[in-house]
Amino acid sequence: MAADSPQVASLGDVVGRHDTMDGSKPFITTRNLDFYYGENQALKSINLDFPERRVTALIGPSGCGKSTLLRVINRMYSLYPGQRATGEVMMGGVNLIDPKVDPTELRSRIGMVFQKPTPFPMSIYENIAFGLRLHEKLSKGAMDERVEWSLRKAAIWEETKDRLNTSALGMSGGQQQRLCIARTIAVRPQVLLFDEPTSALDPISTAKVEELIAELRTEFTILIVTHSMQQAARCSDQTAFMYLGQVVEAGATAQIFTNPREQKTREYVTGRFG
Amino acid sequence: MTDLPAHTLSSFDEDLDRLRALVVRMGRLCEAQIIAAADALARHDAAAARIIVDGDAAIDALEAETEAFAIQTIALRAPMAGDLREIVAALKISGILERIGDYAKNIAKRTTVLAKDAPMEPMVLVPEMARMVAQMVGGAIDAFIARDAERAAAIAERDQVIDDFYTSLFRSLLTFMMENPQRITPSAHLLFIAKSLERVGDHATNIAELVSYSATGERMGERTKRDDTAMVTSPQG
Repeated sequence: MAADSPQVASLGDVVGRHDTMDGSKPFITTRNLDFYYGENQALKSINLDFPERRVTALIGPSGCGKSTLLRVINRMYSLYPGQRATGEVMMGGVNLIDPKVDPTELRSRIGMVFQKPTPFPMSIYENIAFGLRLHEKLSKGAMDERVEWSLRKAAIWEETKDRLNTSALGMSGGQQQRLCIARTIAVRPQVLLFDEPTSALDPISTAKVEELIAELRTEFTILIVTHSMQQAARCSDQTAFMYLGQVVEAGATAQIFTNPREQKTREYVTGRFG
Repeated sequence: MTDLPAHTLSSFDEDLDRLRALVVRMGRLCEAQIIAAADALARHDAAAARIIVDGDAAIDALEAETEAFAIQTIALRAPMAGDLREIVAALKISGILERIGDYAKNIAKRTTVLAKDAPMEPMVLVPEMARMVAQMVGGAIDAFIARDAERAAAIAERDQVIDDFYTSLFRSLLTFMMENPQRITPSAHLLFIAKSLERVGDHATNIAELVSYSATGERMGERTKRDDTAMVTSPQG
C-alpha cells in the first residue's frame, strides 16, 4: 500500500481527487494544432491545456485522433515521411513541433508508454540502464542508484530486486508494463504519455498500473489515452473527449462523467454511440 | 435531457425502462392512497381506511424491488452522465415515495379513530388539500416520465399553496380546540393529518427537484419555505 494512497472519508474527498484543476498551471498548451497523414487531416485545430502534475485522459472512438495527439506531442510522427503538424504545442516557452527542437532530447523530457509492454531482450537491470546510457554518463554506483530509484517509483522494486540480472522477458505482462514505466521514468522526464497502457493487462495488473499513475501524478504531468471510460474516470483529473480529429469537450473528469455539456459527449459516455 | 438515441447495448435501455416503470408504479399507488385516505376521512369510513393501511405493504415491497434493481443496474452497467443521474434519482425518488406511502397510511390510521367521532368544521378543507397534494405527487411523476425539468419546476411551485392551506388549517384548528376543549383529541388527529399532507407536499417537491437534477445535471434553485406555523403563537380568543 502506497504511503500517499488516498484517504477517502467523504464524498468531498472523492470529488476533490477528480476536480483538482484549481491552481494548476498548464504545462503543455496546444493552439490551433493541425496534423496530417499525407492528405488526410487527423487533428483539426486542437486547443487544449494539459495542467502540470495532473492526469489528463483522452477518450473517444477509434480513429478520433487521441493517439495521434500523443504522438504529435513527443514528435513520434517525425519518424515517418509525409506526416506533418502545424500550429503550436507549447511547453516551457518552446513550440515542440518546431523542427529546431531535437526530438531525441524532447523524448527524454516527454516519455511514452505503449499499449503492449515492450521490454528489450535483456536483463531487468539492462532494460533501464540501456536507455539511460544514451542520455547520461553515470558511474556504476550512480547507475545502480538510478535503476533502483526507477524501479521503486514504478512500484516494482520489491518484485525485481533479487532478479535484476534475469531476463525481462520472463516477467508477467503486468510486470513487464511496470518495467517499461520504470524505464521511461529513469531518464527523469517531466511528462509521461500513456497510450492505452493497460489494454493488454488483466484486472489486477491494471489496478496496479492505475495506482502507479495516481502516485506518479505528484511528480509528472500525465496524459493517458484509454478506451476504458471507467479507467479515464478512475485515473484522471481532466478528461477530453475527441471525435473526428476534434476536441468536442474538455473539462474536469467529474463533470464530463456526471454532467457533460455536449450532446456528442453525452452519447459517448453513456454508450449510445454508433 | 435532450433526446438521446438508444444505447448501443439495447438491454441497458430495457433495464432503465424497467427501473422507470417501477418508480412510476410506486408513484401512482401513492397518489391513489392519498386520495383514498382523504376520501375515507370525508366519508367517516373506517373499513376503507383499514384497506388503505394494509395497502401500504405493496408500496414498501416496490421500494425494496426498486432499490435492489437500481443497485444492480449501477453495478452491472457502470452508468455515466444522464444515465447515472437518472438511476440515482430513481433510487432516491423510490425512498421518498415510500415515505409518502407511510403518510397516507398514517392518515388512514387516524381516520379509523376519527370515523367514530362527529364531523368537525375545519375538516371540510382536508379533502381539497389532499386532492391538491395527490396532484402534486402525480405531476412530479409525470415530469419524471417526461424527463421534463420545466414541468418539475412548476410542480415545486405549487408547494406554496399547500403550505398556505396547512397554515390556514392549523389556525382554524387551534381556534376550534379552544372553543371545543372536549374535542381536542380528534382535533389533534386532524392536525396531524393536515401536517402529513403538508409533508407529502414537501416530498413531492423533493421528487420534482430530483427530476430536474436528473434531466439537467443542475440543482433546482433554493425555494423559500412558506409554512410559517412554527412561528404561530396563541390566537386571539
